[in-house]
Amino acid sequence: MTEKRRIVLTVNGTEHAIAVEPRCTLADALREECRLTGTHLGCEHGVCGACTVLVDGAAVRACLMFAVQAEGRTVRTVEGLAEGDRMHPLQRAFQEHHGLQCGFCTPGFLMLAAGVLEETPDIDDAGLREALSSNLCRCTGYQNIVKAVRAAASEMRR
Amino acid sequence: MNWIGRSLPRIEDPALLRGQGGFTADLAAGALRVSFLRSPLACGRILGIEAPEGVTVYTLAEMGDIRPIRPRLFRPDYVAVGQPVLAADRVHFSGQAVAMVVAETAAAAEDLAEQVFLDIEPEDPVIGLDAALAPDARPVHPEAPGNVLVEGQMRSPGLDAAFAAAAHVLEVDLRSGRQSAMPLEGRGGVARFDAATGRVTLHASVQMPQMLRTGIADTLGMREADLRVIAPDVGGGFGQKMSLFPEYPALVWLARHLRTDVAWIEDRRENFLAAAHGRDQAFTVRGAFDAEGRLLGLDADLRSDVGAFSCYPVTCGVEPLMAFAELPGPYRVPEYGVRSRGVATNSCMMAPYRGVSRPNLTLAMERLMERAASACGLAPEEIRRRNLVTAFPHRSPTGLVHDEGSYVAAMDLALEIADAPGFRARQQAARAEGRHLGLGLSVFSERAGYGTPAFAARAMEIVPGYETVECSMDPSGHVELRIGASPHGQGLKTSLGQLVADEMGLTPDRVRVISGDTDAVPYGWGTFASRSMVISGGACKRASAGIATRLRGVAARMLEVEPDSVTLENGTARSEASNRVLDIGEIARAAYHQSHRFPEAEGGLRQTASYDPAGTFSNACHIALVEVDIDTGQVVIERFFVVEDAGLLVNPMIVDGQIHGGVAQGIANALYEEVIYDADGNLLTASLADYLVPTLAEIPDIEIAHLETRTDASETRAKGVGEGGTIGAPAAVLNAINDALAPLGAAIERVPATPERIRAAIRAATGGT
Repeated sequence: MTEKRRIVLTVNGTEHAIAVEPRCTLADALREECRLTGTHLGCEHGVCGACTVLVDGAAVRACLMFAVQAEGRTVRTVEGLAEGDRMHPLQRAFQEHHGLQCGFCTPGFLMLAAGVLEETPDIDDAGLREALSSNLCRCTGYQNIVKAVRAAASEMRR
Repeated sequence: MNWIGRSLPRIEDPALLRGQGGFTADLAAGALRVSFLRSPLACGRILGIEAPEGVTVYTLAEMGDIRPIRPRLFRPDYVAVGQPVLAADRVHFSGQAVAMVVAETAAAAEDLAEQVFLDIEPEDPVIGLDAALAPDARPVHPEAPGNVLVEGQMRSPGLDAAFAAAAHVLEVDLRSGRQSAMPLEGRGGVARFDAATGRVTLHASVQMPQMLRTGIADTLGMREADLRVIAPDVGGGFGQKMSLFPEYPALVWLARHLRTDVAWIEDRRENFLAAAHGRDQAFTVRGAFDAEGRLLGLDADLRSDVGAFSCYPVTCGVEPLMAFAELPGPYRVPEYGVRSRGVATNSCMMAPYRGVSRPNLTLAMERLMERAASACGLAPEEIRRRNLVTAFPHRSPTGLVHDEGSYVAAMDLALEIADAPGFRARQQAARAEGRHLGLGLSVFSERAGYGTPAFAARAMEIVPGYETVECSMDPSGHVELRIGASPHGQGLKTSLGQLVADEMGLTPDRVRVISGDTDAVPYGWGTFASRSMVISGGACKRASAGIATRLRGVAARMLEVEPDSVTLENGTARSEASNRVLDIGEIARAAYHQSHRFPEAEGGLRQTASYDPAGTFSNACHIALVEVDIDTGQVVIERFFVVEDAGLLVNPMIVDGQIHGGVAQGIANALYEEVIYDADGNLLTASLADYLVPTLAEIPDIEIAHLETRTDASETRAKGVGEGGTIGAPAAVLNAINDALAPLGAAIERVPATPERIRAAIRAATGGT
């Protein structure tokens, strides 16, 4: 165990002054220090993508980044996706197209898709499938996730 | 208004989509964290545990008089072996929990664990079916000298004559790799001690909370009343979270011992090492066919590697005895001989995994049909047509009664939507170009929604099966449904709401379903085995019908009409004999607050009902179209078709979702996933970098059509659907690969059919390198 460092994490526009060990991952800091438990941990070795968050707009595995590396950067998590009562188009599309079952991988897929669609709003189907193949889902067989993200993409372009 | 049959969006979704779900790890704040010390060896004698001064290590010795986990079958061929909560004298598999340490944080607990040395003298482990069944094999447990923990046998009197009369006798030797259900959320529990009452509340990621409470209480020798188990949001189960794992009683013991809150959240490595595995089976199946391709008899030797222990409550009989009973599947099998053994090895315990034996028995039967088709010179669909059950109810050789299904019709429709003739033409053209396309058929039935009779037939000490629900309407006219089932991704709260809404003439948003909390729901068996819509749904239908009767009675008195003339619809009660229309809320209010006027609502608007059916059989046909690259052994699934008959579809969107996900796990079984131990019993696939869960890049869109045979065997006329995708897909894929390889004379009867194995099959057939 090493000494904790005081850092400020900016998550969903809110500053969190926290103290973490240098080895603390961003995912653990979000979950345990910021009490934002929407970011889930499925493997803690960077394969499943359940912990995907956006750091300065790019999709990142929060289990592979140290919290101290996120200081001074903008972190967005699933809790920041909706605007108050109004869900994000991706969230609405996931419900409409049954893009989730148990819901454990869902925050990671939502943030992955949000990052992709913000960067490439008119992404083609092959590009979308390739991007979404970075995360694992055990329930849906992916089909309805793709359908939902496609639907959200076209709504967001309107 | 008919709510059944509509693809309503799920009420479960908004919280999950907003990151407001409450999974077990999300509930661990403030609790001490537990780290389990696990055996690094598959087999050995524990000589000692060495810890630095100041580090407290909890072992079985501290736990006093607690019982091992020893589920039983009342069968002479079953050997009950006990699994200690923490290993005390010997370790039986790599990853077995030996001791615990506790710290403020998970990281600190892991730091402590690293300072502890488990001194274990290695012994030679027994790894794999062949080693365990060898004549000189060392016993994994002394009580089972030949390593067979359970054995089912039968032989119908005419079997030998059937084989003697056969024009063709064909044999399939099928092997399936070990698989992990791999729920994306691993196991975990948070045990909170209430000093005021001495009770412990355990939040745990499980499928059977009531069973977990019974199992923990029995193990620790405590009263069930002193333990509350809650299954909060659960991140997938697929059978893996049915069983009583030793970690849970250990956690509850620790909370009581320390009189504080403790949590254990496993990591992925622990899940691979010590959760549970499935599918590790070798099936040798011989079929006797007449000259026209009719099956005369089936003779099978079925071996299941059940690992080191027996899973509670369903026991290590679950895979071998399921295979024993259900091998004939959707086919007429006049004579049947079978020997099915569950075999102990020094590996992680086998437990149910979506489909339980049926993916493998479907593989064996569907490979057998392909071989027979080829021997008899028949098309694959023709040999099936000659053998599929067409007269219902059908009694199988093991006494299972198949209710009405659509076995032939499902196959015919699948062939039509897959355009089988068009594919055959494309296949021929491709072969001329040196490309290898294949079509694979898989026809199967899925025994679903079975109650106590099916489990009692296995002579289980603990016989699951029935479901009970407590339905009530509050004075505002809203319904609360307390169910014993424990959904964890199936959308059951939404679909039960649809069912109850129709029964009471309400909108589904007036129905709240409460599940997974032993303080709030009746005793029941949780969610597994494609059962919840059939059994819990049947009980919900009965209970809500009871409340509807009471509502009609109260309404009739208010309207001064006969109860039979009252109809409930759109949240109102009306009668042809009256001009008044009553809101359901008015009736409910009157029933509670003017109860002296309404004897028909005595005791309030509440009804308890149970349902315990014999079971029903869903059926389906899967077709896979694949291309095999014979130089690399790579398989690409071009298209995948499913024609499913699950009876009445309550929420078609949810049903299709179950099929999509099931097929994806079946494709994983066919092509990618395998838990591998080395010869010393070390797990080689303890990460997602080694255990290959398919991504979107590997899973095609699944094209689904439905048939809806309405069965009397189910109260709701819904048949179960949770496991079918997983059961049928491996056979469709393996048959398609074999179809593609047929011109080379190569065959493969092993899953996963990895590129390496496909290349080996091609080399074996062509003599190439």
